Amino acid sequence: MAERYSSFQQGGTMWLLQRITAAFLIVVLAFHFFLLHFVHHADEVSFLMSSGRMETWTYYSLMILFLLTATFHGVNGVYNALINQGLSGTKRTVIKWTLILASIILIVQGFRTANAWAGIPLY
Amino acid sequence: MSQSYNRGLIEDFGRWREFSAGMWAWIFHKFTGWVLVGYLFTHIAVLSTAIPAAGQEAAVLQAGDDIYTQTIVTLEELLLVRILEVGLLAVAVFHILNGTRLLLIDLGIGLESQDKSFYASLILTGAITVASVPTFIAGAF
Repeated sequence: MAERYSSFQQGGTMWLLQRITAAFLIVVLAFHFFLLHFVHHADEVSFLMSSGRMETWTYYSLMILFLLTATFHGVNGVYNALINQGLSGTKRTVIKWTLILASIILIVQGFRTANAWAGIPLY
Repeated sequence: MSQSYNRGLIEDFGRWREFSAGMWAWIFHKFTGWVLVGYLFTHIAVLSTAIPAAGQEAAVLQAGDDIYTQTIVTLEELLLVRILEVGLLAVAVFHILNGTRLLLIDLGIGLESQDKSFYASLILTGAITVASVPTFIAGAF
């Protein structure tokens, strides 16, 4: 039988979530790049244009889901890359909680930014 | 029949001459992943200028003189930023294509031709990046 080299636990929840978020991000990241560089152009960006998109609840929800999945996928990827490099013991615990804290800050800041555009007073 | 294969420690970059296609795919996927997660944090930090901008007067927003619009416009005027954006596109496209390849391999599809699909990811990344250069550079001069 072939040996496994992945740092993910076989059949584990994190392994599955990494794949599910990957499948979602493939589509949404491509859409994001296409919309904001090819349909609209980066040098035409303005607060009111961004605001106009974010005031549509479907776009707002998609971007919030994008923020959550990208943060999870990116930070979980970094954590597993570090485990591959040999991260273990106390260092592993410290890094894990640092990454969780960084993710929370990123998500809170992302929500505040999205709300500022959408005109939701919570920012 | 499955074959057991010990590739050794892939993070030992001194062995790069011995790396096979799949090992390069692993290295590139990690490298592009690090770049993308680093960019994600930077991206949210820059976009956060929308928070103070939301409190500015309607006339200022209408004129595009708010802090968010001015930050983005100033950054987009820099040729270096435009070049970095092309680099970001290349990194994102490779991560998407190789990620698709990995998902398919996880499902047991294309394992026998995993080296060919890696080369295809590289070629397609190059083609999409080159084709996107005019769009990304437009208005920078």
